Amino acid sequence: MLQVKNLHASINDKEILKGINLEIKAGEVHAIMGPNGSGKSTLSAVIAGKEEYEVTDGSIILNGEDLEDLAPEDRAHKGIFLSFQYPVEIPGVTVTNFIKTAINETRKAKGLEELPAKEMLKLIREKADLLEIDRKFLSRSLNEGFSGGEKKRNEIFQMAMLEPKLAILDETDSGLDIDALKVVANGVNKLKSKDNAVIVITHYQRLLDYIVPDFVHVLHNGKIVKSGGKELALELEEKGYDWLK
Amino acid sequence: MNKFTEDDLKKELETKEYEYGFYTNIEADKFPVGLNEEVVIAISKKKNEPAWMTEWRLEAFKVWKEMKEPDWANVNYEKPKFQDISYYSAPVQKPKLDSLDQVDPELLKTFEKLGISIDEQKRLSNVAVDIVVDSVSVATTFKKTLNEKGIIFMPISEAIQEHPELVKKYLGTIVPKTDNFYAALNSAVFSDGSFCYIPKGVTCPMELSTYFRINEGGTGQFERTLVIADKGSYVSYLEGCTAPARDENQLHAAVVELIALDDAEIKYSTVQNWFPGDAEGKGGVYNFVTKRGLCEKNAKISWTQVETGSAVTWKYPSCVLKGDNSVGEFYSIAVTNNHQQADTGTKMIHLGNNTKSTIISKGVSAGHSQNSYRGLVQIGARAKNARNFSQCDSLLMGNKCGAHTFPYIEAKNKTAQIEHEATTSKIGEDQLFYCNQRGIDTEKAIALIVNGFSKEVLNKLPMEFAVEAQKLLEISLEGSVG
Repeated sequence: MLQVKNLHASINDKEILKGINLEIKAGEVHAIMGPNGSGKSTLSAVIAGKEEYEVTDGSIILNGEDLEDLAPEDRAHKGIFLSFQYPVEIPGVTVTNFIKTAINETRKAKGLEELPAKEMLKLIREKADLLEIDRKFLSRSLNEGFSGGEKKRNEIFQMAMLEPKLAILDETDSGLDIDALKVVANGVNKLKSKDNAVIVITHYQRLLDYIVPDFVHVLHNGKIVKSGGKELALELEEKGYDWLK
Repeated sequence: MNKFTEDDLKKELETKEYEYGFYTNIEADKFPVGLNEEVVIAISKKKNEPAWMTEWRLEAFKVWKEMKEPDWANVNYEKPKFQDISYYSAPVQKPKLDSLDQVDPELLKTFEKLGISIDEQKRLSNVAVDIVVDSVSVATTFKKTLNEKGIIFMPISEAIQEHPELVKKYLGTIVPKTDNFYAALNSAVFSDGSFCYIPKGVTCPMELSTYFRINEGGTGQFERTLVIADKGSYVSYLEGCTAPARDENQLHAAVVELIALDDAEIKYSTVQNWFPGDAEGKGGVYNFVTKRGLCEKNAKISWTQVETGSAVTWKYPSCVLKGDNSVGEFYSIAVTNNHQQADTGTKMIHLGNNTKSTIISKGVSAGHSQNSYRGLVQIGARAKNARNFSQCDSLLMGNKCGAHTFPYIEAKNKTAQIEHEATTSKIGEDQLFYCNQRGIDTEKAIALIVNGFSKEVLNKLPMEFAVEAQKLLEISLEGSVG
């Protein structure tokens, strides 16, 4: 589904990613771990198409299509979803209105009619229930005054609504207490299928107890320095990252 | 409000630029340029006015000649050359219209383009419209329905003929002809506008609306609106404005006076979309407007404005809260883009006891524009327990525009409670990327963010205007982020 080949990317002329290779197939869960500043968040932003980053070499291919010239919204339309580490606030725009706009824009890009209001509402309710989200929450301004847990749950709610092919969860566990973590992980697990793939970016093993990865990659200084199965995460938990440097 | 999503809006958008920038080729009866006593008399004569009205105009003109243009506003522009403007222009048509069929077909086409249907039979929405092109009112709809309730809604030129006692009693009482430079000019040369009277205890069954259109080049528009809500009555009034795109600056100096007698309520909404000038700041309308309302006992006046047009805006819809327990409200969205400049806000003058005012002002600046809020909250010495709440929020796009807030507070009574809140924010790259990542392109994202920012004010608009207003916000900010 996703092939990252020799990816080099920089911001303000500073190279952050220094030749990443990654292959992800449908149905798989990949974890990317690594210390602060290793380039984990940069990798997710570059895949999503954030324009501040310049791709200097290599390519990102989604289902056979090179994403190089695609704007972030076009990549989103093709099924890439990024759950943000720090979701932004948009005052005055409700959770419902925001997701409705996102869905209809995506449909429009695919040449589909807008989803009728009734169906939209039904879908929203269904997904909100799946993630144990209070209905009142849906009419609040997007991320405004949300707790850390609410923000992350809202990200996963949007993921549930948009049904992406490739979901990247960027430090979704940060700022979550254990109960919130379970709810979020549970949501992700329910959304997993043989047709989609998930990249979990995290510092800690903790989240991987709940979202069990098929592969674990360790990122250090802009490169993947080690890959393995889920047991690699446990090893990292025990030994830290220093032995890999 | 929720019915109208940004999606609906996008669909309705056909053109991206100032879509009202066309000119209709209608034969116009236009005065030569210049202003002197003869011109003032000629306007009065053209309107067949009684002697008292001519006299009133001449007094205003005398005062105006001695006045200087105000220069305290936070705007820079080349002062209009008042002797280079034609002070009267009217579409030539048959002297008296028996029905709309007799309206110049070119003019009807203009209204169609503007999205205004003046065909009463086909009209679905419940709005009575008075249409003012250049200097004269050309059509007023729903007259009969309104007559049955005793509501008077007609061009002010007709009201001077038909209801001189009302006009004489109230004209210039809230905005005196000596009030300020532009009000004095307006008093001398106004050629038309709307007049509205709601009798005691009557709730006006429909929205009343005036649509202003400047068509001719080299002319100014000076309309005068007078709305009187008698005791215990209610009216909601809408005002919309457009003009052709011209590379000259056109002057618009209007005066609006509202009178809400005991227990009456007036809701006055404006969607101002005069031509803002082109992207380089050439042309555009100078919008110098004086709007003020008087509240008697228990009365309420609420001003709602969406200001997206004009090259320069200078406008402070105000409330004089004279009666005890009276209420004044001001809800405003001012959007400036390219080289537009806006200095707008309100004055809330608390004179009665237990008077209350609310000010919500939202300024959105983009491009090289400058957007200022200027407001005065004044509590008189004898006004006990007056309350005010003000909130001024600014939203900036890019780093070449400016947002300014000039709040003035004068409280002469210790029992007053005044609250003021202000915020400034910027549409961040992070917000845009977040929206983009969810499949929403940048233009749409801006519309979404701006609509969210303006929501409290948009919610105050009557339905018919809310859609138009949202649309305008979107168009006005076209191309504001590169």
